[in-house]
Amino acid sequence: MNYIPHTDKDKQEMLKAIGVKSVNELFKDIPASLRPKSFNIPQGKSEFEVMEQLKKLSEKNATYLTNFIGGGFYDHYIPAAVDALASRSEFYTAYTPYQPECSQGWLQAIYEYQTVICELTGLDVSNASLYDGGTALYEAAMMAVRLTERKKIIVDSGVNLIYRTMLYTYTSNLAIEFIETPVVHGQSCREDIYKHLDDKTAAVIVQNPNFFGAVDDFSDIVEKVHSKGALAIASVYPVSLGILKSPAEMGFDIATGEGQSLGIPLSFGGPYLGFIAVKKEHMRQMPGRIVGETLDRDSKRGFVLTLQAREQHIRRERATSNICSNEALCALRALIYTSSLGKRGLQDLANLNYQKAEFAKFTLDKVAGVKVKRSAPTFNEFTLELSKNADEVVCSMINKGFACGFPLGRFYKGLDNYLLVAVTEKRTKEEIVNFANSLEAALCS
Amino acid sequence: MQLIFERSCNGRQGFRLPQSDVSLAEGLPKKYCRKNEANLPEVSELDLVRHFSNLSRLNFSVDTNFYPLGSCTMKYNPKFTEKVASLEGFAGLHPLIPQLLGGGMLAQGSLEVLYHAERLLSEITGMAAFTTQPLAGAHGELTGVMLISAYHKNNGSLRKHIIIPDSSHGTNPASAAIAGYDVIVIPTDKDGFLDMVSYKKALNKETAAVMLTCPDTLGLFNPKIKEITDLAHSVGALMYYDGANLNAILGKCRPGDIGFDVVHLNLHKTFATPHGGGGPGAGPVGVSGKLVDFLPISRVVRRPDGTYFLDYQRHKSIGYIAPFYGNFAVILKAYAYILALGKEGLIEASENAVLSANYCLSRLKGYFEVAFDKICMHECVLSASRQIKQGVHALDIAKFLIDKGFHPPTIYFPLIVKEAMMIEPTESESKETLDRFIEVMIEAAKLSETNPEALHLAPLTMPVKRLDETKAAREPNLRWKP
Repeated sequence: MNYIPHTDKDKQEMLKAIGVKSVNELFKDIPASLRPKSFNIPQGKSEFEVMEQLKKLSEKNATYLTNFIGGGFYDHYIPAAVDALASRSEFYTAYTPYQPECSQGWLQAIYEYQTVICELTGLDVSNASLYDGGTALYEAAMMAVRLTERKKIIVDSGVNLIYRTMLYTYTSNLAIEFIETPVVHGQSCREDIYKHLDDKTAAVIVQNPNFFGAVDDFSDIVEKVHSKGALAIASVYPVSLGILKSPAEMGFDIATGEGQSLGIPLSFGGPYLGFIAVKKEHMRQMPGRIVGETLDRDSKRGFVLTLQAREQHIRRERATSNICSNEALCALRALIYTSSLGKRGLQDLANLNYQKAEFAKFTLDKVAGVKVKRSAPTFNEFTLELSKNADEVVCSMINKGFACGFPLGRFYKGLDNYLLVAVTEKRTKEEIVNFANSLEAALCS
Repeated sequence: MQLIFERSCNGRQGFRLPQSDVSLAEGLPKKYCRKNEANLPEVSELDLVRHFSNLSRLNFSVDTNFYPLGSCTMKYNPKFTEKVASLEGFAGLHPLIPQLLGGGMLAQGSLEVLYHAERLLSEITGMAAFTTQPLAGAHGELTGVMLISAYHKNNGSLRKHIIIPDSSHGTNPASAAIAGYDVIVIPTDKDGFLDMVSYKKALNKETAAVMLTCPDTLGLFNPKIKEITDLAHSVGALMYYDGANLNAILGKCRPGDIGFDVVHLNLHKTFATPHGGGGPGAGPVGVSGKLVDFLPISRVVRRPDGTYFLDYQRHKSIGYIAPFYGNFAVILKAYAYILALGKEGLIEASENAVLSANYCLSRLKGYFEVAFDKICMHECVLSASRQIKQGVHALDIAKFLIDKGFHPPTIYFPLIVKEAMMIEPTESESKETLDRFIEVMIEAAKLSETNPEALHLAPLTMPVKRLDETKAAREPNLRWKP
């Protein structure tokens, strides 16, 4: 297959119009010395053959395991309507809506998505999406550096290690000082944050719920952060915002997060959805595309890309960010997903996740060799202390059909016996009970 | 059209959750709970479906309209690749699975896809190795610049600046600056190429890299590319290849053979993955041998027994640039596309893309000024500078095209061409479509002489007429409020 419509006759007519004899003449600017030294690509195949080959590969992946792994990326049910609507090719085969008159569908959808993110976080302004939760956090950190003209950032170690590592990679040439503060009894250590917080601090970054699953009320921290003229940044899990205190209610200046849980498949790590929301006064330092409402010549409502003077195609090396392509289709999925649930539905979903996780904690607490960490309340993910090395337990649970959680020793020194377990609305009571029984067997053996 | 929020009606729900099968737990302590509800729309499933179906119909898209948006390679996106990406074995796999002890064996299918995609992209571009992790083209640029800085740091000095031509994509200088480099901009000479005098003057021991698009954004292949590369290497600078325009040269030349050290590709351009109204894309980065050690972790490695694992033990690596292994579903679609096309198909794609662009150019150059009148590659840049005398701008021509059912070319880019209109027809459009487009362009050129007002009024057939962008920026209304 090559998806090319030109017949030999078409090609001859086109070559004649151009005034050349062959297609090769069109490539004459490429000198012979620069022609490929090799181009060993296999011969093309039919659609059927490629489908079969890739179907076989997909079957080598163990998606049959009952999943209790989260770690910032969650196995939620995706309503069929999300797939059906996001699969409309009038959406997915369009480009960035540069020409507003023939892109009103996309522009309105992004405006609606921005509204959803503002509603979830309680903040004033969002954008058309960023790549993922990690790059969104990096963009937020850089916003804080620009806004405060300071270069010290305090990061709570309850922030996903993956995101912390990404922050350090991106800023390795920028002379930004990062200080990590510890998690004590599951929650951010106030004392340590305040010890480092000073008038050189650009921002304090926390995560809610944190990587151990613990929820917190950061209002006290945010107040102290503001008293030093720094910004408070929260990375949040959007499904939890059905019940948890919103970033705005705690006073945060910037909220970011991974939107995968809002109707986007796990897909081995992407494409996902980075979201960001900020207070209005920081709007002009935002990265990425932003859609705004305006009027047309007949005073009819319409939508356009706006505040573009921030962006790379206008401002080039002085842009707020280099982002161009974003994750618009994932933002559309999040919009359809949240619209499908609605106001009550999101609360119910969050409650259901909370209840299932509480039931799992209650059930697992009775398993010999398991201690549920209860120093702080949790949402749908929590930490277990096991009587054995968690890596080995995870390994033996795989044989029993469970992806039983994430061993915290992989990310945190000294936590080799700790396991992070996530329970979404997809997990039934029966699965949770079986999980507990299998875990008991795994720990006894 | 109404907003989804304006359709909302208290008490409606589009989706039913499973009944709770566990006994009610005590609620979360109040101090952790929100007081203000998130005001999400309440609609029935039919309301939802109708709203988004109708919204979708307000868009031009490749599947409904010719979309010759220059530099964006809006080629046809084969349907079967969507089906591949939605296979449960791929779509349902949790990214942390291979990071468990022994978990790599549970993700062999996806690891194999990544490994082979990297090998194919390396062969197509002539690079030693690839990482599939960058999540978009600009993200690939940033990754590439960070690789360059890691390489120089390893040799003792970061160096100070990156050289970029004035015809470049805006992301190039933005990426260089974000990674901590100064940007030196080189003008374009009278033939449309990098001005060699300025280039040689700017190039020195503080040059970290030279970032080029090849063919460049004017649609031209620079015959001096090898000389430029050699000069950069002679002062120890590295060469960066912006792969936005790779669709012009598949099987015709490879950045690695020219001497480029870092390459990013846009899978959503050359390799036919849909652009999704702005994204997701994927921007894999290829490197020459001397940069392999610095690639982001993890790396997919093949064992002698044919199984695959993720290698995190790479001490010179720049670290994590993405949470996992890239936009996997996008990489998978591109992989399926490459397997279907094969060697011949890839070469034919470029040949026909270049043929179509030159056909458009040859038939339109009598009616519009041409930025540089020579054989072009996969896209051509026209200018409305002749039409300006009648008060008609590139924008007016673009809006007229919309009324005729064509998505306009990229306009006002590259910045160095006055009233630029950058046309990239791609290989997947038929001659009949190209002819219809050409006829409409000619009609616009003629109208600009006889009735410019008609062009100023366009578009008239869309859901909205021209929109007030100044108002949007001056009085930002960025979210719905009740």
